[in-house]
Amino acid sequence: MKTKLFILLAIALSVVLAGCESDGGKKGNAGMVGSNAAEKVYVAPGEHDEFYAFMSGGFSGQVSVYGLPSGRLFKIIPVFSVDGEKGYGFNEETKPMLETSHGFVPWDDAHHPELSQTDGVPDGRFLFINGNNTPRIAKIDLKTFETTEIIEIPNSGGNHSSPFTTENSEYVVAGTRFSIPITETDVSIKDYAEKFQGMLTFVSVAPDEIGDMEIDFQILVPGFDYDLAHSGKGPSHGWTFFTTYNTEKASTMKEVNASQNDKDYIAAVNWKKAREYIKAGKFREMPASYLNNEYDEHTHMATTKRMKSTRVLIPSECPGLIYYLPTPKSPHGVDVDPTGEYIVGNGKLSADLTVHSYTKMMKAIESKAFEKEIDGIPVLKYDQVVAGVVEKPGLGPLHTEFDDKGFAYTTFFISSEVVKWKVGTWEVVDRIPCYYSVGHLMIPGGDSRKPWGKYLVAMNKITKDRYLPTGPELAHSAQLYDISGDKMELILDFPTVGEPHYAQAIAADVIKDKSLKYYKLEDNKHPHAVKNEKDTRVERKGNEVHVYLTSIRSHFAPDWIEGVKLGDVVYFHLTNLEQDWDVPHGFAVKGADNAELLVMPGQTETLKWKPDRVGVFPMYCTDFCSALHQEMQGYVRVHPANANVKLSWGLGEDETQGK
Amino acid sequence: MIKTMALFALAIFMLVACGEARDAQLEKNASNETEKVEPSSNESGGDDGLGVGPIKSVTLGDLDENMAKEGEELFTKNCAACHKIDKRFVGPALAGVTERRKPEWIMNMIMNPEQMVKEDPVAKELLAEYLAPMANQNISEDQARKIVEYFRLVDSK
Ligand code: HEC
Ligand SMILES: [Cu+2]
Repeated sequence: MKTKLFILLAIALSVVLAGCESDGGKKGNAGMVGSNAAEKVYVAPGEHDEFYAFMSGGFSGQVSVYGLPSGRLFKIIPVFSVDGEKGYGFNEETKPMLETSHGFVPWDDAHHPELSQTDGVPDGRFLFINGNNTPRIAKIDLKTFETTEIIEIPNSGGNHSSPFTTENSEYVVAGTRFSIPITETDVSIKDYAEKFQGMLTFVSVAPDEIGDMEIDFQILVPGFDYDLAHSGKGPSHGWTFFTTYNTEKASTMKEVNASQNDKDYIAAVNWKKAREYIKAGKFREMPASYLNNEYDEHTHMATTKRMKSTRVLIPSECPGLIYYLPTPKSPHGVDVDPTGEYIVGNGKLSADLTVHSYTKMMKAIESKAFEKEIDGIPVLKYDQVVAGVVEKPGLGPLHTEFDDKGFAYTTFFISSEVVKWKVGTWEVVDRIPCYYSVGHLMIPGGDSRKPWGKYLVAMNKITKDRYLPTGPELAHSAQLYDISGDKMELILDFPTVGEPHYAQAIAADVIKDKSLKYYKLEDNKHPHAVKNEKDTRVERKGNEVHVYLTSIRSHFAPDWIEGVKLGDVVYFHLTNLEQDWDVPHGFAVKGADNAELLVMPGQTETLKWKPDRVGVFPMYCTDFCSALHQEMQGYVRVHPANANVKLSWGLGEDETQGK
Repeated sequence: MIKTMALFALAIFMLVACGEARDAQLEKNASNETEKVEPSSNESGGDDGLGVGPIKSVTLGDLDENMAKEGEELFTKNCAACHKIDKRFVGPALAGVTERRKPEWIMNMIMNPEQMVKEDPVAKELLAEYLAPMANQNISEDQARKIVEYFRLVDSK
């Protein structure tokens, strides 16, 4: 009934404003928005979107989950930044997730979400994303939509060309955007050209439900900036391609000095060969300090492992490991087409797009068509590897993705547009403007062997007048295009959280039925879990007070506690006894200097609280859980430090005395 | 430019609303509505006391003490936070429940409480009295049957 009313209202409004017979939509504004755009993005109330889109939060450090085509926001998954809403990085269980060799780092710059693949197709198991600033890779489990692992990347100055999976997620990779003195030592910045080096890191992913990440090996490379990457697929499976810029090795005013050379390189790494060298023991064990944090969904807890060394391959000692493909000029993205044959170098300062051929590259390697060598890395002859050039498609090409009909789509930052071109003939067939200054683009599965070539999302760097103004700071904007026809069609604008640096999307069907609804209490292995109210209690260990409490609609057990003294540190270990979907309980206590807990059904979480004064402190449930949610509250009494009192606690008529 | 865009957006709305698309949409919505309203099983033919849910009939045999014991454990884990046997707590006291309700009704209440409190006349009244919702603890049929056996044991004493 309500929807009907709404539609009637919409009709009335349209009639008033535009008149029902008008076909303004069809003529309108130079075809900028198609006449049936609203219909194409309309997902009726209660109905589901066709795709999940995972958008990086950029400098928010998180991942946001949207539905396509509606552009509706479903969840923000905390990854590299603390999140008070979910207690992530604030509760005792998730604090270890953000530990690094630099200590607790509560933020990062998250750039490239990457779905795990099987046979070159997104399989819906995991999402990986890189932390750019303090080099890390995170893994999100798509059963729970929670971050379950973060691994730090040692010997790296900034992890930009990452994670970009191989065809079966054998590896996710990490190339350093900032070369540095390796290992980290104190040298003059002016000695960049001689003393700085780059590192390409291959992180293995276990082929099971956990997907444990480990640094398998690293490759020491010349001191360029390693910008982006993509792994081969099909015939080129076994290779990973990294773009470079600053092959000039400038250390200052890079804006000018790193843009001198006609051509920089795409580094082609034969990782299958690397594995052979590792097996044969041809690596150097180098000291490296890095952390690997893992969240266990049964203990509901993260733990940190400290690692001390990595296995490093030196190209001059490992022939056939790596080659350079000359590519004009400061290539940004490197993108491999669905067949695995073509390697697109998006030379961001070049007027043209350069496409290399995998087949030609293999022939050039075989016939040793080398131009020169850099630190033991052969540079292949440009004309022996190039397959074609898309001539003057636009200004400032950055990234390319593909559809399932043999077309490629490239973003142009400076001319602010997406250009569609045909793979193989290199002819431009369509172009459409972006509002404004597009960076990455995304087609669901668009960097895999099987793109779902229906939608394209442009992720724009500048927003300006697209939405109602909100002061100097604006939400970034993403734009959705229908690419199912010959002509691209803009159908929706939607704002994003942080910077939607890059995104990946997957058909909803692949994931939605596997989504976990609640944690089974009987599988809860948290050392401080209490699985029924009978076992709830309060214990003192010196000046630590441990409260083992439970929640169920709508009370905590216990809901009053006395005997805490000033100077005590209180740990609330809260187990949510609910065993149904969508019944989390929250927990907050007055004056706590961290955040709330938000505990899912069957889960246990711990809030640390150091009362700062004598008195009676309320605690309550923060997540509206039932008609009696407002009654879901209790008290903690804090006595003076020298008080001679015992702990006591209770619920209703039950009351217990402790020590 | 922006104004034209805004008008444009409205025009789109209008086109959706005015054209065939609208009719399709209205039909779709209409059919959705009818789909969602399921007839209550109690409306036709009065209340049979079995409740609403997956359990249609249960045959009770002699009291099985082992089953009752397992039922008691399940009760402590999943239910005791809200129910005491002898006194009202978040939910009703459960002493005598096997005398006032049929076993089918109890099992449906355990396995399907959301629908029960919406559609079963007795459960509806209980909700009105207690206001807190009876939680769905995702109990299996086998487990629910064991809990009934525990209630029978309690009521036999
Ligand atoms: C979150 C609190 C809560 C939990 C947990 C809970 N119940 Fe209930 N139960 C209630 C409430 C409240 C009612 C009254 C109906 C209502 O308000 O929905 C009720 C009603 C009932 C009734 C009907 C009583 C009567 O007098 O007819 C039975 C039987 C029952 N519950 C059994 C169980 C069993 C068995 C479990 C465990 C599997 C359980 N309940 C778990 C709150 C709970
Ligand atoms: Cu609550």
